[in-house]
Amino acid sequence: MITHNIKAGRGDFKRGIHPPAQKQLSKDNPVVPLPLPQKVSVPVLQHTGAPCDSKVKPRQKVTLGELLGESTAFISAPIHAPVKGTVAMPAMTTLPNGRHMACIPIQSDSDSPDPKHVWDDLISFSWPKAGLDSYEAVTIVEDVKKAGIVGLGGAAFPTHVKLTWNEKKPVDVLLINGCECEPYLTNDDRLMMEASSSIVTGALLAARAVKVKTIMVAIEDNKPESIRKMRETADGTGIQIIPVHTKYPMGGERQVVPAVLGREVPTGGLPLDVGVVVINVGTASSIACAVIKKQPLTHRVITVTGRGVKQPNNLFVPIGISYKEAIDFCGGLTQDAKRVISGGPMMGFTIGDLETPITKGTSGVVVLTEQDLKDSDELNCIRCGRCVDVCPLNLVPTKIALSSKYRDWSQAKRHHLMACCECGCCAYICPSQIPLVQLIRLGKSLLPKEEKKGSLP
Amino acid sequence: MIHVSPSPHYPGKSRTSSMMMRDVLIALIPCVLMAVYVFRSHAVFQIAVCVASCLASEAIFSLMRGKKIPLRDGSAAVTGVILALSLPWSAPWYVGVIGSFVAIGIGKIIYGGLGQNVFNPAMVGRAFVMINFPVALGASAYVSSGTGIHIITQATPLTAAKLTAQVSGLWPLFLGTCNGSLGEVSALACLIGGLYLCFRRTASWEIPAGIFLSVIILGGVANMVSIHKQITVLHHLFSGALFFGAFFIATDPVTSPLTPLGKWIFGIGLGFFIMMIRLFSGYPEGVMFAVLLMNGCVPIINRYTIPVPVGGPVPEKKVS
Ligand code: SF4
Ligand code: SF4
Repeated sequence: MITHNIKAGRGDFKRGIHPPAQKQLSKDNPVVPLPLPQKVSVPVLQHTGAPCDSKVKPRQKVTLGELLGESTAFISAPIHAPVKGTVAMPAMTTLPNGRHMACIPIQSDSDSPDPKHVWDDLISFSWPKAGLDSYEAVTIVEDVKKAGIVGLGGAAFPTHVKLTWNEKKPVDVLLINGCECEPYLTNDDRLMMEASSSIVTGALLAARAVKVKTIMVAIEDNKPESIRKMRETADGTGIQIIPVHTKYPMGGERQVVPAVLGREVPTGGLPLDVGVVVINVGTASSIACAVIKKQPLTHRVITVTGRGVKQPNNLFVPIGISYKEAIDFCGGLTQDAKRVISGGPMMGFTIGDLETPITKGTSGVVVLTEQDLKDSDELNCIRCGRCVDVCPLNLVPTKIALSSKYRDWSQAKRHHLMACCECGCCAYICPSQIPLVQLIRLGKSLLPKEEKKGSLP
Repeated sequence: MIHVSPSPHYPGKSRTSSMMMRDVLIALIPCVLMAVYVFRSHAVFQIAVCVASCLASEAIFSLMRGKKIPLRDGSAAVTGVILALSLPWSAPWYVGVIGSFVAIGIGKIIYGGLGQNVFNPAMVGRAFVMINFPVALGASAYVSSGTGIHIITQATPLTAAKLTAQVSGLWPLFLGTCNGSLGEVSALACLIGGLYLCFRRTASWEIPAGIFLSVIILGGVANMVSIHKQITVLHHLFSGALFFGAFFIATDPVTSPLTPLGKWIFGIGLGFFIMMIRLFSGYPEGVMFAVLLMNGCVPIINRYTIPVPVGGPVPEKKVS
């Protein structure tokens, strides 16, 4: 077994970019719970993995937190009712990533517990910081699985898979990711300020599941309030709060693990391969709810922001409300609103239909205006190498993108096409406005097919 | 109303290619001013001819290819100024016109326009006129008596040093009161513009650094083993088109490598060839040919300087 020395990172990674953070729009606004929505619409797939099969019938009564659907596949996460109410006829929706997906609509009862009730419960509960020994690793993982918890940072990978202890892959550090490097978003920042106790308890429980003693929380140094609050709450638990440099994409697993621990995650591998499990702060908080209070994941904090929204804010919302409801609650769109993005502006998806439901992985909605998007024409690549200078993975983005464009697969492979994590630094910096990430994504989706055909060496 | 497009959604915040070209024009201002100060109307005339011909050639060639005229990207103007500054003051007007025409046509457009060319357009134009009009551009083109401008009664410093063992003082070389092509007279002016470019990251500092490093080392060695003993390392640095070439010609992004390592290799190789030409060939000046030579090596340099990704190469798929 390889033993790593703990804490050898410099708090930074090489290259990367410094986009304007824009967090001042919403970072000082405390989380506001949304009023009870009339109906919610819960997609059967909100995570990476297999979709759920519906377990409810139309006109069936459900209570808050009741199981709506699940799957027998290992990589999947069940879904639960975010309100008390009546199930309506199943409908189809288009998720922000373009997938068509069935969803289960629920008409809420007027006496259903509202989001304020759930939020108050989360922040006022006295979360235990000690005496958690009675929770066994297996029961923690089982509770997390049953609660349908997925990574709340955006990727929405089922959390119980990460927490399942694997003999062959020993883990020595649990890293709680509170970096929030995407511009605009402040939901994790607010959660750390307002619900730090649940994060600490969740982290302690997750650490029991993966059997590690060392817990670290990485927070970008542009969030001093969160750092202070987390330090205060974690006092006496042995959890270390590690401030890291503010730089995009610090929150990526491939950046935060080296920054904190000095360990490089192998290409094509996971942090697990270097003995680290990384979970988001929001995920940690839901682990606490799932294990201590047996509450499934039905609500989350989102940031509704950007200059295209009248009153940017942080909201606590039931999963399954539409983007429109969230935006309307924040005063609606401004006149010059142009583009609505699910997630942050660097890696998020644009939404064409505002009726699309918010899912577990939705960290926020950013609405950009005409002015934000003032873009110039695409020019030829002038081979300036700027993209090379910022790629956090040390790739040559222009070569990968152009070889994908011209279907030159041997050149694409020579330049490590599949290693790209689609962070978008290269496209951000490119002076010729070349849609590098779009081209790279195209290449990443085509190359495996070409390889399967056997047409490549 | 709502606009759908792929991430990232943060365009237009960084500088555009046209802005980078504008940066180069700004950085050329000290050199242009110095040229005008030294050569008066000759310089003004030369620059005007070259810029106008480059813009016109770009427009004509683009129209012929049925594309909209991309003059806004500013690269044709940059090529024009650089070409003009690399010619002697006495070059007849048709040299500038033909040089510009070749620079844009053969140097750039036939490859498919900006970004596609392998060789620096200005240097292609310069090489073409140099070969075709040897008399108009040879050593004697720099010298003239009776113009009333004092410095153009001297031979260019490197020629003089090589042929007659007359060495110019370092200060005049540095400040620009010695003879030479329009832009190369003042190392100081090039340095000011060049540092601006590197500071703005429009030019990659690795390239001039590599050039100076190898010129200093090779110049030092040559001086010790007494090839042209009268020319010291500092003469090598401050004379000829070295500063001008290092900051404005070699750093052309299109015709230089992509990665930092590649840029170092490019710069050092360039310095090496400049010194080889200066020391062992009949030409007193080597920047132009060295640039063209290294431009030709860029695809190979790019090919062999592909960086290893963080986390190692993509693992080969296990065949199951
Ligand atoms: S940043 Fe854009 S223009 Fe520059 S090399 Fe990369 S792709 Fe080409
Ligand atoms: S090539 Fe991929 S990893 Fe590198 S900057 Fe571009 S999107 Fe990010």
